[in-house]
Amino acid sequence: MNLQGKNILGTQGLSKDQIYGVLEAAESFKEISTRKIKKVPTLRGRTIINLFLEPSTRTRTSFEIAGKRLSADVINISGSSSSIVKGENLIDTVRNLEAMKPDILVLRHSCSGAPHLISKWTNSSIINAGDGTHEHPTQAFLDLMTIKEHKQELEGLKVAIVGDIAHSRVARSNIYAMKTLGMDITLVGPPTMMPVDIEALDVKIVYDMEQAIRDVDVILMLRIQMERQNKLLLTSLREYSTLFGLNLEKLKKAKKDVLIIHPGPVNQGVELSPEVMESPHCLILDQVTNGVAVRMALMYLLLGGEDEALN
Amino acid sequence: MKLLIKNGRVIDPANGIDGLYNLWVEKGKIKSLSKKGEDVESSEGSFKTIDAEGMIVAPGFIDMHVHFREPGFEYKETIETGCQSAAAGGFTCVAMMPNTNPVNDTRSVTELMYTVGKEKGIVNVLAIGAITQGLKGEQLSEMGELRDAGAVAFSDDGRPVMNNELMRRAFEYSKMFNLPLVQHSEILDLTAGGCMNESLVSTELGLKGMPSEAEDIMVYRDIALLERTGGTLHVAHISSGESVKLVRMAKARGLPVTCEVAPHHFCLTDEAVRGYDTNTKMSPPLRSARDIDEIKKGLSDDTIDIIATDHAPHDTLDKQVEYHHACFGIVGLETALPLTLELVEEGVMTLPQAITKLTSRPAEIFNLDWGTLSPGKDADIVIFDPEKEWTVEVKNFKSKSKNSPFDGRVVKGQVMYTLVRGKTVFSNAN
Repeated sequence: MNLQGKNILGTQGLSKDQIYGVLEAAESFKEISTRKIKKVPTLRGRTIINLFLEPSTRTRTSFEIAGKRLSADVINISGSSSSIVKGENLIDTVRNLEAMKPDILVLRHSCSGAPHLISKWTNSSIINAGDGTHEHPTQAFLDLMTIKEHKQELEGLKVAIVGDIAHSRVARSNIYAMKTLGMDITLVGPPTMMPVDIEALDVKIVYDMEQAIRDVDVILMLRIQMERQNKLLLTSLREYSTLFGLNLEKLKKAKKDVLIIHPGPVNQGVELSPEVMESPHCLILDQVTNGVAVRMALMYLLLGGEDEALN
Repeated sequence: MKLLIKNGRVIDPANGIDGLYNLWVEKGKIKSLSKKGEDVESSEGSFKTIDAEGMIVAPGFIDMHVHFREPGFEYKETIETGCQSAAAGGFTCVAMMPNTNPVNDTRSVTELMYTVGKEKGIVNVLAIGAITQGLKGEQLSEMGELRDAGAVAFSDDGRPVMNNELMRRAFEYSKMFNLPLVQHSEILDLTAGGCMNESLVSTELGLKGMPSEAEDIMVYRDIALLERTGGTLHVAHISSGESVKLVRMAKARGLPVTCEVAPHHFCLTDEAVRGYDTNTKMSPPLRSARDIDEIKKGLSDDTIDIIATDHAPHDTLDKQVEYHHACFGIVGLETALPLTLELVEEGVMTLPQAITKLTSRPAEIFNLDWGTLSPGKDADIVIFDPEKEWTVEVKNFKSKSKNSPFDGRVVKGQVMYTLVRGKTVFSNAN
């Protein structure tokens, strides 16, 4: 399995084989995290820089653990401690980091396209850890891995994605990857949160949540970004929760074996009721576990990993 | 010394001329024009000759929409470098928008522009004064003073006049001076935070969109106000198909409404934004193929009066950044001719029609004494080879800034000579 190109900027444009290749590699890497000594020498002597210019706990930690379990040297730079706050521009920051010869740059940035911009200024591989409202490809991989563990076949599965689709990079990365794999997608949310012309990507839009989740295999709940939610898109969180939050009552309308995933962090009581979070349908912690495996797999594949990787 | 431009195809739309003529220039003025072989001038005595065989000889182009960044942003462009860029593109007259620093909302800034233009500029420089003080959209600027200093129009370009009452008063007040108001039509609350056209492409790229309705609503508002107040409206850089239809409707009602289009708005769609090249970011943004179809219809039936570049130089610090943070705008003077000729080749416009939109029509709308080859007028002339193929290379631009999405594009039609008052200010001849 070979990833074409040196970067993971998004899931758009990846082939079915490439997506399955990443998932298979991730499945093998998952075992390492269950060992007593959770470390393999695969990326010994390699340097990975996590450049996180937007707040993040779980994604940054996940990338750091993934790199360390592969024996890479991992350096974390966060927005508040970087020169960006001193006014240094992104390209300049990256060129300086590049001068220290890292192998992988992991970038989280509030602007769509930021990883594409820096890719022109570095020879390192870039992994997009979330760019603005564009893509978050590692999240889509870990979502797919989690679904696949429970449903085996991904092709033909019906998925409802619920929430603020317009501002969600998680939704976009999942839509691109899931459509490539032949999955059936219904988007659910208020029309104010639907991106323009999204139907062109062969997805359905349904505003009635109960109707939308009735016969789906997976419900992907998106986080409502309370910190930056535009007042014009919502009436109130209360009404949003009534219409699009998932509680036990709504869950009764869904299939008995429906899976619930969420990229986290959850606004408890808004998107998901505490009872739903505790139900066996809800796989949020499995997603977090798989996140490490997916990121290990991508680091390995990008650096042209060899077969002894798992030894 | 006299100058003879011989054997060229002379196109002078103002006089309905299109044919093989010899053109004599003397003392910076057009002396005479005679059919090839029917020379009225004596070819005795000393004179220079330009052989324009196979070339088009036309009045120098007029661009009523440039940003020359002086005063205030001289690191992007100065009046001197901007004029060199203009000359290289075949333009002999440019009108500077007022969004400098300080803003051109007072007589002294207008005068500075004209002074520097005369001293350093190799082409004719005109100034457009601000509609409102500081471009803030709160109080009208001293239009009378600006007119006296030489302003040829008023505009808050870069920003629209959002306040409806203020725009109404601007139409009324400007009537006294008989100068057009040039509107950058954009309802700002519909475009806030946006950086490209709202479409499937903006959805896929995760970039905030600027819907074309933001343009349409303001174009309609201005037409509605104008119908009551009188005055004249010139819609800057029209980009939306619906807006073209609105201007057509206004013209059909006999209202004094004109409009312009920039070449990038008929050559590129928002598909060009894929890849996040910040040289595809401008305001108004690149629109859809449907909009381009309407723009072509508008050019064809002359609903769109003129072609103007919206030449907007930015240095790399303002462009080599995240798409969201990049400044709006691209340079346009040195690519306008070949991009326009693409539409001639496509059959959208005839060549004389295209030249009309670059010469006599802007002169007519803005009351300029240029844009024609009539005897006695300034010998502002462009000579171009319509068939010459070349590759756009931004590094060769005369403009101080290189922010163009057309780098590497193979184009047809090259400026060979640009003359201002009979003097060669640009030459591509070996």
